[in-house]
Amino acid sequence: MIQDDILLSHLLTLIPHRSRVLDLGCGDGHLLAQLKRLRQVEGYGIDKSFDNVLSCIRQGISVYQGNLNEGLSGIPDQSYDVVLLSQTLQEIRKPVFLLNEMLRVSKKVIVTFPNFGHWRLRSQIFFKGQTPTSETLPFDWYDTPNIRIITIKDFKKFCRHHGIQILEEHPLYPNPFGHLFPKSWSNLLCEKGLFVLMSDRTEGEF
Amino acid sequence: MPTVASLAFTSVEPLSLESGQTLGPITLAYETYGSLNASHSNAILVCHALSGDAHAAFQHETDPTYMGWWDSFIGPGKALDTDHYYIICSNVIGGCKGSTGPASINPATGTAYGTTFPIITISDMVKAQKRLMDHLGISQLLMVIGGSMGGMQAMTWAIDFPDSVRSCVPIATTSKLSPQALAFDIVGQNAIMTNPEKGLPLARMIGHITYLSNESMALKFGRKLQEKTDYSYDFSTDFQIESYLKYQGEKFVDRFDANSYLYITKAIDYFDLSKKHGSLEQAFAHTQAKFLVSAISSDWLYQPHESREIVHALMRLNKPVTYIELDSPYGHDAFLMDNDKLAQAIPPFLESLQ
Repeated sequence: MIQDDILLSHLLTLIPHRSRVLDLGCGDGHLLAQLKRLRQVEGYGIDKSFDNVLSCIRQGISVYQGNLNEGLSGIPDQSYDVVLLSQTLQEIRKPVFLLNEMLRVSKKVIVTFPNFGHWRLRSQIFFKGQTPTSETLPFDWYDTPNIRIITIKDFKKFCRHHGIQILEEHPLYPNPFGHLFPKSWSNLLCEKGLFVLMSDRTEGEF
Repeated sequence: MPTVASLAFTSVEPLSLESGQTLGPITLAYETYGSLNASHSNAILVCHALSGDAHAAFQHETDPTYMGWWDSFIGPGKALDTDHYYIICSNVIGGCKGSTGPASINPATGTAYGTTFPIITISDMVKAQKRLMDHLGISQLLMVIGGSMGGMQAMTWAIDFPDSVRSCVPIATTSKLSPQALAFDIVGQNAIMTNPEKGLPLARMIGHITYLSNESMALKFGRKLQEKTDYSYDFSTDFQIESYLKYQGEKFVDRFDANSYLYITKAIDYFDLSKKHGSLEQAFAHTQAKFLVSAISSDWLYQPHESREIVHALMRLNKPVTYIELDSPYGHDAFLMDNDKLAQAIPPFLESLQ
């Protein structure tokens, strides 16, 4: 859970007090619950799993049971301060469509994902010749919901190609020594990528 | 098992109806389950659908086989737990199960109202229920819950009496009937107006078709023949689905008044929150309730996208709302039969209100 704490502490620096937040793929709602407690945010989670919806209800979180692959229709343009897609991008069928939807509905878009470029995962393929698994990626190839294999490098390239501007990149090192290395090594050293995005269209608004 | 008795509440002061007419005095048949706490803060109003009544749970004292229409949902340890909450259900005005409706005697004439009964709306039904709540000493309901037309009433409660509703649970419902749903209602009404006696079972048969999905019909009946091995090559009952619909239609005549069916379906047809309030956002703008909206994946009468519209309007208003899409093959009827998941969601939702 140390990984989660690191992620949360970064997210807290990025999410202003009392902002309107939409958490896509909110899971059991633990992140929104923390943001509500620590940042007094307002907002909704979206998740497709009934069990997750139930957990959210238990925590008093407003949640919408829906499939992100269907987009965010019904949500007006620029109606949120922050839209989050945390550790869910790897399950999305149409990432370009969804990211554009996120940029449409929110001033600030935060995306985090498990980084397949991390050295430990690379070495599992290299030395063991097996599909890598880790704390963040615990699934076997045949039962994984993760249909996308993304690295930090891939994601940056993807944004360049699709006119999505990366405002900030936050390397999430698993320990403090990570910061001793140059930022360009993030793809090797970070188990997760965290990016703050904006559309080229809305440049200068946030 | 405990039995329950139906109670009656009469309000002498005439009710001003949405149509501009008045109706009064009015009587509401109702039942209650569980006990009201000292602070009167644990009351839940259950609103019934088109053909429902006040007998929502337990055995009726007059007949042990007469079970409440939502007995699977209401009772000790159930989704609406009578050990903790005080549950109220009343028959709508316009109905024929003890509340003032077309079959009631018009005190002005001494004969049954019949079609001289004024047109009533969902808001009128709710207004009458508000009087009952006042009578029971309940100024604020912890929850108003209902499926189908019951969901329309639940939403109307939250809109018309925003301070009186802490949470609103509309199930498998819509803010306005789709033209297709409206069309089915109109055919049923036409059948009744042509011949009330023969028309009512027809209307009910049409209704039952709309409550089931194609898949649930296939699962339940398929093309199976009714007590025969081959076609009869005449117009007697051949198919199981035919026998089922006929049975449902005939059974309905014994327990329902054709005029009530006309009046209640008319109230459903007229229900249109956007038309009445200008837009869905305007309709919900002043609501104070926490919402739990749910739709059934295979419901083609009140489709999930219609529930999502309600949810999106509430989200645009930044109102607390949770949306659940119940995955069930059983169509509109699932809200009464296949509601385990909803039953799981209600207790934590109620706890989150504390």
